[in-house]
Amino acid sequence: MNTLFREKKANAKKIMFKSIDEYPEVPITLGTTLSNFTGDWRNFMPVVDESKCIKCYICWKFCPEPAIYIKEDGYIAVDYDYCKGCGVCANECPTKAITMVREEK
Amino acid sequence: MPKKVISGNYAAAYAAKHARVEVVAAYPITPQTSIIEKIAEFIANGEVENLEYVPVESEHSAMAACIGASATGARTFTATSAQGLALMHEMLHWAAGARLPVVMVNVNRAMAPPWSVWDDQTDSLAQRDTGWLQFYAENNQEVYDGVLMAFKIGEHEKVNLPVMIIESAFILSHTYDVVDMLEQEEVDEFLPPRKPLYSLTDFDNPFSIGALGTPADYYEFRYKIAKAMEEAKKIIKEVGKEFGEKFGRDYSQMIELYKTDDADIVFMGMGSLMGTVKEAVEILRSEGYKVGAAKVRWFRPFPREELYELAKSVQGIAVLDRNFSFGQEGILFNEAKGVLYNTGAKPIMKNYIVGLGGRDLTVNDVRKIANNMKKIIEKGELDKEIDWYHLKR
Repeated sequence: MNTLFREKKANAKKIMFKSIDEYPEVPITLGTTLSNFTGDWRNFMPVVDESKCIKCYICWKFCPEPAIYIKEDGYIAVDYDYCKGCGVCANECPTKAITMVREEK
Repeated sequence: MPKKVISGNYAAAYAAKHARVEVVAAYPITPQTSIIEKIAEFIANGEVENLEYVPVESEHSAMAACIGASATGARTFTATSAQGLALMHEMLHWAAGARLPVVMVNVNRAMAPPWSVWDDQTDSLAQRDTGWLQFYAENNQEVYDGVLMAFKIGEHEKVNLPVMIIESAFILSHTYDVVDMLEQEEVDEFLPPRKPLYSLTDFDNPFSIGALGTPADYYEFRYKIAKAMEEAKKIIKEVGKEFGEKFGRDYSQMIELYKTDDADIVFMGMGSLMGTVKEAVEILRSEGYKVGAAKVRWFRPFPREELYELAKSVQGIAVLDRNFSFGQEGILFNEAKGVLYNTGAKPIMKNYIVGLGGRDLTVNDVRKIANNMKKIIEKGELDKEIDWYHLKR
């Protein structure tokens, strides 16, 4: 699961300020995407069928998040910590290798 | 020191040049003024080094570009007026919220409709709650001095807030007067290069600005701005005092008091009209009136403590507002009355709506107001609270 930012994401800590003195003077980098995940907004999740994938990376280019990354073997994968389930990847995939599946929570 | 006979707009441009501004982003067409024209001329003539001028397509974009530039640590300046300032509104909040000490000169011009190119304070006062410091200049000299001090105050490590220097349309912006300018070395000594709170060019420590602030955090950042504004009062006085000691023009008071020590009636107001009022005070005093003038230099932060001190010793305050908040009253009147409510000082206060859209307030008008105030004080009650003084009846 811990893929897009590897160890950085695994080691990230959520920033919590307990008193006014702990706050920075300016609202910069309050939290970070390393610890603030937006994947739980998702209702439909993209599922990749590697047997149909031709490694064209059109999905990788179109993902607005971006939550799609390229694995070492050249196939693409989705980082579900960030994927909001918009379905753009499935729509753009020329070989229909990505299917949107309703997610049960 | 080099004295020049120049307009308020040129005084602003020279001050920006002497402050060694690094980025000027401005919309170059109406309601822009000769401030930006003059700065463009400095660049064309090769009179300034390291100054990037960014012409943009609107005032909203002008302020956005200034915010971006200031976030890299650059000393940033712009100018606008009336409808242009109104178009910037959203970005004004942004500059203050991101704690960027952009300095802007606003030419106080009446809001349309009807179209007007004359003096009126409602444009800048409508930006009251954006988190900008506001300084109202009485004359061209104060425009020049104000811009130089604005950088020093806004960039101060305890402030980090944008500053608006405000000059009256036409009366200052286009009228020529003697301005005693400083030598470049004097300005350099007074105003060292900016030390930014943060810089987007810090590539080793990347960060984002303007990220989401949830209800768990937003509140604390508002408090930080409120606190910086309070701190700014001290810094304004310090810088104003230093300016006086170095260059002979003291700005240590946020409210300039003119002959108020033994005055029964004080005229309070802002901007160029206070020049006329001071003149009137001179004349009225020679006629036996015990009057004085209180010129509010800084409207934000509001000089609560100074106003309280003044109010303790006077019987009546005539607040002269060259502005109006529809459905309420003059804006300075509203603020001043509010400050005094929880204090023991309760002078009789009356609001005179004067000079809207550039209508002149003359010495004779000030005399009539003094007579009216005298009557009110004798009777011990107001005839009316808000007086549309010039109204043709």
